[in-house]
Amino acid sequence: MSVTASAANTGAAPAASLLRRLGQGKALPVSLVVAAILLIWYGFTVYLNTPWQIGVYERAGAEWTAADLVRDTMAQDRPVLPAPHQVVAEIWKTTVETRPTSNRSLLKHAWITLSSTLLGFAIGTLLGVLLAVGIVHNRAMDRSVMPWVIASQTIPILAIAPMIIVVLNAVGLSGLLPKALISTYLSFFPVVVGMVKGFRSPEAIQLDLMRTYNASRPQVFFKLRWPAALPYLFTSMKVAVAISLVGAIVGELPTGAVAGLGARLLAGSYYGQTIQIWAALFMAAALAAILVALVGLGQRLVTARMGGRS
Amino acid sequence: MNVATNTPTPNPSPQGRGERIAQAPVVEARGLSLTFETNDGPVQALSNVDLTVGKGEFVSFIGPSGCGKTTFLRVVADLEQPTAGHVSVNGLSPEAARRARAYGYVFQAAGLFPWRTIEKNVALPLEIMGFSAAEQKERVARTLALVNLTGFERKYPWQLSGGMQQRASIARALAFDADLLLMDEPFGALDEIVRDHLNEQLLKLWARTDKTICFVTHSIPEAVYLSTKIVVMSPRPGRVTDIIESTLPKERPLDIRETPEFLEIAHRVREGLRAGMGDE
Repeated sequence: MSVTASAANTGAAPAASLLRRLGQGKALPVSLVVAAILLIWYGFTVYLNTPWQIGVYERAGAEWTAADLVRDTMAQDRPVLPAPHQVVAEIWKTTVETRPTSNRSLLKHAWITLSSTLLGFAIGTLLGVLLAVGIVHNRAMDRSVMPWVIASQTIPILAIAPMIIVVLNAVGLSGLLPKALISTYLSFFPVVVGMVKGFRSPEAIQLDLMRTYNASRPQVFFKLRWPAALPYLFTSMKVAVAISLVGAIVGELPTGAVAGLGARLLAGSYYGQTIQIWAALFMAAALAAILVALVGLGQRLVTARMGGRS
Repeated sequence: MNVATNTPTPNPSPQGRGERIAQAPVVEARGLSLTFETNDGPVQALSNVDLTVGKGEFVSFIGPSGCGKTTFLRVVADLEQPTAGHVSVNGLSPEAARRARAYGYVFQAAGLFPWRTIEKNVALPLEIMGFSAAEQKERVARTLALVNLTGFERKYPWQLSGGMQQRASIARALAFDADLLLMDEPFGALDEIVRDHLNEQLLKLWARTDKTICFVTHSIPEAVYLSTKIVVMSPRPGRVTDIIESTLPKERPLDIRETPEFLEIAHRVREGLRAGMGDE
């Protein structure tokens, strides 16, 4: 950082301030890491796609140079590993250059997955909070529910997802809700665990204090336990929203869904469309990042309103 | 005093202050015992405690750790259940007294709610007890002035020093005007300079408000300086070894602590503590 700063001092004023900001902020380290990842990725693109490319050259009996090889391995239709710019081009093509209503639009698929993610996340958070309230206030629930909650998460979601879809279809539920319920299945767990801890986070003297006021249970809950648990809620929700997205995608895989990022991944793997798969993966990652960032934003707003130091 | 109209369970009305002095003691314990069941077997925290705290007294409980002084306070506050004996608060059972919001309790740590401003923290008991918004505002202002925290209403607890936080917690205990104040080593975590200052303020506050105060401490000067009556306790099992009526005047500047009278009482407390430790 000092190197950057001293170099910056000799440069023109705007460039100097830019460099200093780069050196001090997160931008420089982040772009360095991204550059490193891209470099490694390109390396593997060439390496992994070479065998097939050489086969192509041999069948055609063509002469080829190393430069040809590097260029051609990055331009295959169905590469083992597509180059980053191929993925970016695919994302551009399927988001910006395609009508959002088209079945080829990645935005449409992302929206379908997002809607079941959000529904599942909302139900999951609500369920998680309600279970935590029960566990904290009721001895029987404390003893009986928690083991089941934990057991529920030991079952692979891939195994249980088709069952949920089949059972819900049999009782007449189809469409958005069954997929959302798979998100719920995954996302209620961190909320239960976090909120049980959060509701129990008030100190003994704070609980004693409420007792000396002869406060009712609802008063203790709303004036003490709930505000004390809010930081835990947001931490849990960050985990929950990310795995809700995973749940929604997994929910689309075994169900023969025709739309959604999961369906897009599945279709891509049927037809060997690796570029399409990677594009869908990146879209899912971007969605997750946005969702987690939104929860983080909510957290900051609430923390500020509650007199937090941040 | 229009408290009664606003509170669901009104405080024992303070209008009969004068007459009640002679009649009913504020706290009365007879043969009080409490045994905790622990993994290492039963621990007798209180053994056969007899004690009377009269109206307007300032009673200190002093003794080494484990002598049951905090436990006694918690029994009075209905935070622990005695295993034997009898205790009454304002002539009621501790539970009835707690339900009637007969006392304010100040804990060892301030225990302010970090998400509430100072005024909101002081208003907490008032909200719970159902005071009107106007009444809350008036009481918060009054009690904050009483502990010299006017001007800090909108601060959050972390913005205040430890001594100020503890003063805010005292304001919180005073806000609903209970006649009895139970204080469990409220200044134990503070440095001596702050503690002296707060002791002085507490005495003034007591003189001004005419409350009954039960005060747990393990500092001899603090106990002697503050109290009209000092209860010396000893551990294993927790019991009362001496009760000393202070001969100091009600008006007590800080330098009273250098007078022979003060030192004599302190000496007697120290003797009592030593005697308690001796027969182990």
